[in-house]
Amino acid sequence: MMLEANEHSTLESAPEEVSNPEVFHLQDLDVHYGGFRAVQNVTMDIKRHEITAFIGPSGCGKTTVLRCLNRMNDEIPGARVGGSVLYHGVDLYAPDVSATEVRRRIGMVFQKANPFPKSIYDNVAFGPRVNGTKSKAALDEIVESSLRGAALWDEVKDRLKSSALGMSGGQQQRLCIARAIAVEPEVILMDEPCSALDPIATARIEDLMQEIKSTYTIVIVTHNMQQAARVSDRVAFFTTEVNPESDRRTGALIEFGRTGRMFSNPSDERTEAYVTGRFG
Amino acid sequence: MSTDLLSLEAVPPTALDLRSQRSWRSTKNSIMVGLMGLCFLLVLVPLGAVLFTVVGRGLGIVLRDFPAWFTTDIPVRTRSVGPGMGPAVVGTIIITATAAMLAIPLGILGAVYLHEYGRQSRPARTVRFLANVMTGVPSIVMGLFIYVVFTLRFGLSGVGGSLALACLMLPVVIRSTEEMLRLVPDHLREASYALGTRKGRTITTVVLPSAAPGIVSGCLLAVARAAGETAPLLFTIGIVTKSNWNVLSGANTSLSAQIFQNAGAVLPGPQERGWGAAFTLMFIAFAATVVARVATSRYQRQR
Repeated sequence: MMLEANEHSTLESAPEEVSNPEVFHLQDLDVHYGGFRAVQNVTMDIKRHEITAFIGPSGCGKTTVLRCLNRMNDEIPGARVGGSVLYHGVDLYAPDVSATEVRRRIGMVFQKANPFPKSIYDNVAFGPRVNGTKSKAALDEIVESSLRGAALWDEVKDRLKSSALGMSGGQQQRLCIARAIAVEPEVILMDEPCSALDPIATARIEDLMQEIKSTYTIVIVTHNMQQAARVSDRVAFFTTEVNPESDRRTGALIEFGRTGRMFSNPSDERTEAYVTGRFG
Repeated sequence: MSTDLLSLEAVPPTALDLRSQRSWRSTKNSIMVGLMGLCFLLVLVPLGAVLFTVVGRGLGIVLRDFPAWFTTDIPVRTRSVGPGMGPAVVGTIIITATAAMLAIPLGILGAVYLHEYGRQSRPARTVRFLANVMTGVPSIVMGLFIYVVFTLRFGLSGVGGSLALACLMLPVVIRSTEEMLRLVPDHLREASYALGTRKGRTITTVVLPSAAPGIVSGCLLAVARAAGETAPLLFTIGIVTKSNWNVLSGANTSLSAQIFQNAGAVLPGPQERGWGAAFTLMFIAFAATVVARVATSRYQRQR
């Protein structure tokens, strides 16, 4: 399986200069919701310490593919995944793989900031506590380093015990990032993390992504092409294709490559139409 | 600016009128608001009347005999005047508390199963249906059921009454708890799963704490209803005039049973004790509500 990986990077036009090791290898990924085929035949590699952006119009399956990377689709009744998602060569959907173990290594930040209705401290300490960290000193240290890592420490250090729900939207989203990095994952999946934020809060999150990408591998779904161009190293463009038999729309990966090339010289005309704003 | 434009088009300038326009719609609105106010007052009438009567007749009696009211036994000779509801207060508290300890954990666990695990599966739908049916069972039928399966075998005791009350509380606790679990947004569950938290841990650390205030309200309602039940207690706990602190054996009594017993009396002594018992029961329910509310708000602030 692993040996095949390079064959499928034919979507890459430019030869690789320095290639980071790959974290994920998706092979012929299909996702069905009940009888509806949401995404089909996605094959791609996601490399370590890079920011990979998924772009494309609504309903093209970007979020669906993202949620396959840490098995969050398990929580949606009727969702079925075909093909394989290899994480360091291990199939995430193998029968003996525990979704809980997967999610400890692959964290997620959601579109809508979803802090727990607890204090700021307890939000960040939640993951470490669940994973068995008990000592107060160790938790204090994790909370501080995670909040610093999410560029939030200076704003909240004096009110760690107050409710997370009293923070602004941008702060809540950075708290969610702090909560995700507190369990020291290898990968952070971000599902449109800035779609509800103003430009200033968005810029802070984008800066943060650049700062933490040396430590984590980031996959981000975004509707905002400028954001993809600003932050990502590679871009995957998805769109919907109409199935001629059933007349239903199914998402598919059209093109995947380095961000610069994807925006300046895309090889597929649909990608070009999308990135130049002629459709979607 | 716009007036300039208007005058250019030779339309006579009119003063901008922003006063509310009298129309059938606004009249209808006023009528409906008035009706709502009236309904509110109508609802208050029976509530206020009950409160007024019970406090008016009962408070004086409890205060007149203050410490003795709660400490002395119930007079054996019914015609005697004077205090004593201690045994009934003891009985009500221990029987209701035992019933709550049986029904609340079971009910919450049942609701967690129904909403978090069973969902729409066949066993879950069956349990949900049975819980709904149980809500409609008259309390005296529940009392008879316990009388047949328990009291006939083990004799009159407080725990028989507790079992009957627990049967009455269980469906209320299940239904209200499930309703509250439904209100916990799924994005909180997802946030927890995304941190590598197992389902069980997610329920105990995220879902239940978020739903706690609502669950407490539902349980309180169930406890308050159970504390006032008379019918299922009449033939499961019997009636005594001395305090019986042992809920497991021996006949017992309760405030509701004493109200029932004394309300039919012709003499002023027992009638006074009836009103006093009614006030005491209301006061206990009120105090329990306040305590539970304060406790949940403390707990909420801590999180």
